[in-house]
Amino acid sequence: MALPARWKDKIVPSDPSDEVMELQMGPSHPAAHGTIKFNLKLDGERIVDCDVEVGFLHRGFEKMCEQGTWTQCFPYTDRLNYASPCINNVGFALAVERLLGIDTTERCKYVRMIMSEVSRIADHLTCLGMAAHEVGGSTAGMYMVEAREFLYDLIEAVTGARVTVTWCRVGGVTHDLPADFTDRIKASFARLDQVLSDCDKMLSRNRVFIDRMAGVGKLSTQEAISYGLSGPLLRAAGVPYDVRKAHPYLVYDRMDFEVPTGDRGDNYDRFNVRFQEMYQSKRIIEQALAAIPEGPVTITDPKVVLPDKQKVYNSIEGLMNHFKLIMEGIHVPAGEVYQAVEAANGELGFYLVSDGSGRPYRVRVRPPCFLGMGALNKMLIGRMIPDIIATFGMINMIGGECDR
Amino acid sequence: MLIEKLKARFGAEILDAQNARDEETFTIDRERAYDFFRALRDEPDFDFNFLTDVTAVDWPERKPRFEVVYQLNSLNLAHRIRVKIGVDGADPWVPSVVGVWGAADWLERECFDMFGIVFKGHPDLRRILMYDSFEGHPLRKDYPYNKRQPIVPEIDPVVNPIRSSR
Repeated sequence: MALPARWKDKIVPSDPSDEVMELQMGPSHPAAHGTIKFNLKLDGERIVDCDVEVGFLHRGFEKMCEQGTWTQCFPYTDRLNYASPCINNVGFALAVERLLGIDTTERCKYVRMIMSEVSRIADHLTCLGMAAHEVGGSTAGMYMVEAREFLYDLIEAVTGARVTVTWCRVGGVTHDLPADFTDRIKASFARLDQVLSDCDKMLSRNRVFIDRMAGVGKLSTQEAISYGLSGPLLRAAGVPYDVRKAHPYLVYDRMDFEVPTGDRGDNYDRFNVRFQEMYQSKRIIEQALAAIPEGPVTITDPKVVLPDKQKVYNSIEGLMNHFKLIMEGIHVPAGEVYQAVEAANGELGFYLVSDGSGRPYRVRVRPPCFLGMGALNKMLIGRMIPDIIATFGMINMIGGECDR
Repeated sequence: MLIEKLKARFGAEILDAQNARDEETFTIDRERAYDFFRALRDEPDFDFNFLTDVTAVDWPERKPRFEVVYQLNSLNLAHRIRVKIGVDGADPWVPSVVGVWGAADWLERECFDMFGIVFKGHPDLRRILMYDSFEGHPLRKDYPYNKRQPIVPEIDPVVNPIRSSR
């Protein structure tokens, strides 16, 4: 191949034994399920240096939230972690409600919690399925993607959409659970159980899978805390920190569930923690469905929630109320709040600042996988190229959330 | 409860302390910030071993213009606080806390990228979400949301060596 003239003086033949090769992996690499670039310096296949470049999916989430009303932020939050959009919706709604100083109805809290847990299982299935697929376990990967579809069916039955749900509102949710939801859950869980048990057999004691995962991407407990890791990454390093237990929100304090932890902080522990968490989420959903009270899923405060369409079309008060809420937005008192929820990847925080108008003054998201990516080069230096794929898969970077 | 403890320990270093919506917010001065954060992490009464977030808020009409906002969390004691540092718009710098929490590395880079706040002592302060030749700092209030950027020349990967982590 003829080289461009400008490269000629740059290429110097060198002794291959001490050569450090530079390799740019990404931003669109077939083995990495995300748009990300690794600037690698390699000694053979060993990673001498790894600079992780993110931001390819930056869409200005925080800037765009400042342009509309509070309610108009919900569609943007769907597109953060698109594997578990309900959790993002819930987190943002809870933060705005705390700024307003309002509380939602009991049933709404249960519904939000149930959908958060359904989303968490779907997210873990995505993460584990893709990670298994990338290290060669395509069968398990496809099984898990199929199982995720059962859960997306549930989400679709409740919200009307599979991924971009835009389902929460300030003060409630748009749709209650359908009447046959308990039966649907039972049917889905029966099939999910089968998939989980199959995948457990295919992966957990699989020699090849363990060799690719165990001891790879290790971080000590101290490092994991210092780098701000949360969720399965932190719990795999032995810290039982879960926002649902440490700073309970919704009705998690009434639920009986455990926080699975690991002790080695490697990829295999991360895999196990995620796997066990799916069973815990199932437990929470089953308890919540047994305890869920009847009643409305939205409050009726006219300053926060849109009136019924009947009122909008048939009375001037209803029409004005609707108009003001849509055009001016909800008037949130001036102040600031930080609300964290336990997303599938860890602590998802919303730091909101209001100046008292109908629009957010500042919306800040604390993205859990951004911090995980920040620690990635510590996990990789000294390892081999194939370990990038396994470790990156277990961090479960979701571009929409990491780059916002 | 934390307000009393912190006031007793740090006295005049705390310029302002507030408790709103069950969240405690402290304002400190940037000159002594690094020692303050170290003490918050190391002293067993506070034990803030987890840096949750670093961000900023731009108030163009106020003086000082920027608020750099740190969210701290203690995993052992399960309490949170928020610490703010007011930063002047003409010379926006705060000390870097990378030496205290590793998480500050990327969080401070993002804050620099979005607001142009310089974290003095950061070992590798460069843009993270935006590309290197991006003009301006997009989350400042005087940056229009629909502003266009100039087209940048292609970077030749052979002539320009790739970036290293520090």
